Amino acid sequence: MGGIQVFYRSFCAVLIIAALAIFAAGCGRRDASGPAGGDQRTIRIEGSDTMVNLAQAWAEDYNKKFPGISVQVLGGGSGVGIASLTDGNCDMANASRQMKPKEIERVKDKRGVEPVEHIVGYDALAVYVHKNNPVDTITIDQLAEIYGEGGTITNWSQIPGGADLEITRVSRQNNSGTYVYFREAVLGPKREYKLGSIDQSGSKDVVALVSKTPGAIGYSGMGYATPEVKMLNISSAKGEPGVPPTVENAKDGSYPITRPLYIYTAGEATGLLKEFLDWINSPAGQKVVLHLGYVPAHSPEEDAGGGGAASDASTDTDTSTDTDT
Amino acid sequence: MSSEIRPVSRPGIQWVYRMIERLIELTIMLCGWSSILFVFAIFYFVFREAAPMLFGDLNLVEFFTSPNWRPASEIQPQYGVLALLVGSLSVTALAMVLAVPFGLGAAIYVSEFCGGKLKEVLKVVIELLSAIPSVVWGFVGYMVLGPLIMQLSGAPVGVNVLNGGIILALMSVPIIVSVGEDALKAVPDSYREAALSLGASRWEIVCRVLFPAAKNGLLAAVLLGVGRAIGETMAVLMATGHAVQIPHSLFDPIRTLTATIAAELGETVEGDDHYRVLFVIGVVLFAVTFVVNLIADLVVKGIRSEKA
Repeated sequence: MGGIQVFYRSFCAVLIIAALAIFAAGCGRRDASGPAGGDQRTIRIEGSDTMVNLAQAWAEDYNKKFPGISVQVLGGGSGVGIASLTDGNCDMANASRQMKPKEIERVKDKRGVEPVEHIVGYDALAVYVHKNNPVDTITIDQLAEIYGEGGTITNWSQIPGGADLEITRVSRQNNSGTYVYFREAVLGPKREYKLGSIDQSGSKDVVALVSKTPGAIGYSGMGYATPEVKMLNISSAKGEPGVPPTVENAKDGSYPITRPLYIYTAGEATGLLKEFLDWINSPAGQKVVLHLGYVPAHSPEEDAGGGGAASDASTDTDTSTDTDT
Repeated sequence: MSSEIRPVSRPGIQWVYRMIERLIELTIMLCGWSSILFVFAIFYFVFREAAPMLFGDLNLVEFFTSPNWRPASEIQPQYGVLALLVGSLSVTALAMVLAVPFGLGAAIYVSEFCGGKLKEVLKVVIELLSAIPSVVWGFVGYMVLGPLIMQLSGAPVGVNVLNGGIILALMSVPIIVSVGEDALKAVPDSYREAALSLGASRWEIVCRVLFPAAKNGLLAAVLLGVGRAIGETMAVLMATGHAVQIPHSLFDPIRTLTATIAAELGETVEGDDHYRVLFVIGVVLFAVTFVVNLIADLVVKGIRSEKA
């Protein structure tokens, strides 16, 4: 009697397991067919940490306008985006610096096409200090002596108006486009950074650490300013007046550390990617650039006629492809 | 009716039982072998990625003796891990200086001095401590401990060796306590009874009887704590400041080997020098943790053979 019960019980257990397995398989199949059957199309865009907020804002606006297309945005740094484009893991790479010749070679090797560069805006790189720091203006040479290999400035008292406080250098990790651009613009092509700086892995982290550290100095896009930190005026040489980082000063070139923001594609952008890029360069996309505290590459007002036409065209092509699918 | 079925069905049931038994045996055997397989597969993968650099362009003398870590430099890439190695070791050493007395003290208290409910509560809470994710520890170091250190010591920056050491100590204490407590519990009660009958105080029992009897287990506890501390990544990435330099004081920010891999691997293109050097660092870490674990293992085995 007991034997039969055990047998029935194990038989039932097998039945239940089999039923569960079939059920699970059914579920799996339904899940898999979901996205494939829909007309959701995705653009993957990855790279510069400076541009991640900007790209996110583009993605949201673009998705509002064309609900069928989703734009996935990842940060990580310009180097990460370019590496990802090289390996074919993203469609577009954001970069706050130009691609190095070696990186271009790699894209050619791995993808078989040349990377194409698109300038989508400009960014003024602000130098941040703690809000209680009495220093207001700093020259490029002084910055180089703080950050550069063999630099002599280690205390704020060595800068006119500075308090007797050790300087804590905050920098970025070495795959950051901001890190590379700052070296070129401030230290020059031949000079390395002095090791021992605190290397943060995001634009926001630099500002956050500076806001907590009275003797700190750090650099980051001016869009990341908070009330807890102060942006220094930059003077291009001793005796020259200090220029505050503003959109106007960046646009007319008087602010010395301004850099272009790039989007790279592997080969000329076509189809979906081309429509997205055209939209970014249209007044609608450039308005987003201005809104987030960056400098538009194409003034939204001046290009209104041509840009508008381009965006209309992209709208047309998009609706036509939508009806196709 | 049941008496009719019984003889017929019994061989069938036994066959099913035997098959289930075999199936379970096979599954368990696979589980056992798979862990060995995974260890070798991981070692093979890390070593394969590192090998072209390890036996090729990398100057090993410079690698271990130069403090200049500039892997992405456009002027002249430099691969020196001395500063990172010293960073890892200094923060681990500090963590052990803090965690060993604390952890062993807690183990002795839990095992010898408290009983009943309190003991159960303490054990559960200590286990809970070990379940806190490392990124949460890093967050505590960055947001809470950093400003506190700056306030109390006047240090220019709050993320430094001291911060990382304290966080790592807090993370290794639970391991030291639970392994240490097991070691003390393994000492037979007859030892304690013999010491008591000779008129030893409780403190004398701990120092003169339990420590010598459980020394291997306690050493293993400490070594497992070291392994935990040296392999930790996320918490030290956030709490130590991530600055490439050889520290001169507790208040200098440093960078560890693990944090360097975590922060830089994403940027590298598969197969270039920087990518491979990061894997060489992986091999170094593998070697260090392997040696630490091996010593811990041998020590634990020492206890077992002594008992037998």
